[in-house]
Amino acid sequence: MAKYLAKRLVALLAILFFVSLGTFFLVHLLPGNPAITILGPNATAHNVAVVDGQLGLNRPLWAQYFVWLGNVLRGNLGQSFVTHETVVSIVTNAFPIDIELVVISQLIAFCIAVPLALTASRRPNKGFDRYSTAGTFALLAMPPFIVAPLLVLLLAVDTHVFPGPASYVPLTQAFWTNIHAMLLPAIVLAIGSIVIYFRLLRNDLIATLQEDFITMARAKGLTDRRILFRHALRPSSVSLLASAGVNIGSLIAGAFVVEYLLQLPGLGYTLVAAISQDDYIVVQGIVLVVAVSVVLVNFLVDFLFSVVDPRIARD
Amino acid sequence: MNDRAVPTSPVEPGHAVSTRAIDAAAGAAAAALTDAPSPRRRLGWVFWLCAGWVVLNILAAILAGVLPLQDPGLQTSAINAGPSLAHLLGTDDLGRDIFSRVVFGARVSMIVGFGAVAIGLVLGGTAGMIAAYRRGRVDTVVNAASYVLLAFPALVAVIAIVTFWGHSLWKITLIIGIAGAPVIFRVVRAATLSFATRDFVTAARALGATDRRILTKELLPNILPTVVSFSLIGVATVIVLEGSLAFLGLSVTPSTPSWGNMLNESRNGLNTIAGQSNPWLVLFPALAMFLFLLAINLAGDRLRQHFDVTELKL
Repeated sequence: MAKYLAKRLVALLAILFFVSLGTFFLVHLLPGNPAITILGPNATAHNVAVVDGQLGLNRPLWAQYFVWLGNVLRGNLGQSFVTHETVVSIVTNAFPIDIELVVISQLIAFCIAVPLALTASRRPNKGFDRYSTAGTFALLAMPPFIVAPLLVLLLAVDTHVFPGPASYVPLTQAFWTNIHAMLLPAIVLAIGSIVIYFRLLRNDLIATLQEDFITMARAKGLTDRRILFRHALRPSSVSLLASAGVNIGSLIAGAFVVEYLLQLPGLGYTLVAAISQDDYIVVQGIVLVVAVSVVLVNFLVDFLFSVVDPRIARD
Repeated sequence: MNDRAVPTSPVEPGHAVSTRAIDAAAGAAAAALTDAPSPRRRLGWVFWLCAGWVVLNILAAILAGVLPLQDPGLQTSAINAGPSLAHLLGTDDLGRDIFSRVVFGARVSMIVGFGAVAIGLVLGGTAGMIAAYRRGRVDTVVNAASYVLLAFPALVAVIAIVTFWGHSLWKITLIIGIAGAPVIFRVVRAATLSFATRDFVTAARALGATDRRILTKELLPNILPTVVSFSLIGVATVIVLEGSLAFLGLSVTPSTPSWGNMLNESRNGLNTIAGQSNPWLVLFPALAMFLFLLAINLAGDRLRQHFDVTELKL
């Protein structure tokens, strides 16, 4: 176990190193000049050189990288060209919104997917299973940017079940108003997750139900219900847990879309705003924060996975 | 031999991909091929209906220029009109014909979807076959690289690159293609590995066949079914990714009709007070994309099942 953990940690550090390298070079190797963004298109060559000097852009690339990495490790992600706010404060304001969105949406997704999968797997390829599988195929073809405008049109614009765009208030200010405003985007995000969790758990349950120990349980005369809950659900839910971690990446994509649509000031909304203002430093900071969070969550889930199912750490 | 059912389709559109899920799916699909001769089950009418719809969409996108359609950029005096004989699906807030924009809009999705997967196949597929065939150090290095690349969230990477590099059609296709290459690499590598040590490959080598011949004439035909069904689902994933970009205003210029752009434009209608919004503007591009994604996902999944005997055990 300790050896496995050590190996995973080394891999994690390597991946984090490449993520930082990737994020840094995105800004520095691709066309576009931060100095010109600051000074405007009519900047003279002399002024550009001065600003380059101030930003340290005239030093060799590897030196710039290590200066940047040193700053990042000390918790300094730079400062916005446009608002002069530090990237760290931008991120600390925006990140809680994404975390709240993800938590609510995952609660909704599990509450729907797990009972559906349990019911469907009892009689594979029969009525209920067929309809719910077909239904999830339909959901599969409805990415957030299709569902979000439709739901907003139906539930916020036409009937005022949920508040419309730009109605976000911080959780600490008005708890229920906040939850109410978060429900619609959370439902949009949940839809994508329901499909994944349902299909995964259904397939795993069906596979588990064919194993010998289930036949054994049947032979002992246990009821279907007891077999399903006591014997089949636990071994099958291991990969569900793993997929929940992997799913975080997709939730980010979806979260960006609903944030943008509903003007929720989360990371996605902030990122798109920064992009439209050519605010390189903010873009770089948010990309780094998101990429590192995804990598860390995946690592944590992988680790939990080996705790729940010790067979994994053995190889 | 692991006889569990394949977890789910390897890539769910718009979702990050677990290397474990990919490996499991690719391995199972490949193992299924080696396991027993696939029974000639019929593909069923659902598959042919879906395949037909996909082909129809592709043809419409290619032939949009010669079909009797209105100019998608033509602004008429009928603004936000509902469906009528003159405008089959109504008009948008600038009086442009929605039907014509939906048909022309398919072009962007098709080019990015099939183009990016083709690029991914050329890069990732070639690397995957060579790595699995050669093994050794080449395999180790490329394999590790693919894991690192997969760790980076695709959408974030694509957004970042698009921001700094610009978003013309070919750039987006290229970027998504490269971003997808590691996924395809893993699938092709797993599929090739299951054949590379088989007797017919050894026999071909003993007969003096060149590496190139073994790769193209012996291995390629065998992994093709797995790769094709996986690629179809990949196309759906890419189309969703492009749609997300377009929705965020980061895809082709807004004046170019594309499904994602149209959905993004309809957003403006949503922000106005109720009653002023034009539901057709949201509905039809959403429907076009929904039907296409549904058809290509179902067709891809059906093909995957067709070449996969593990599910027969159910």
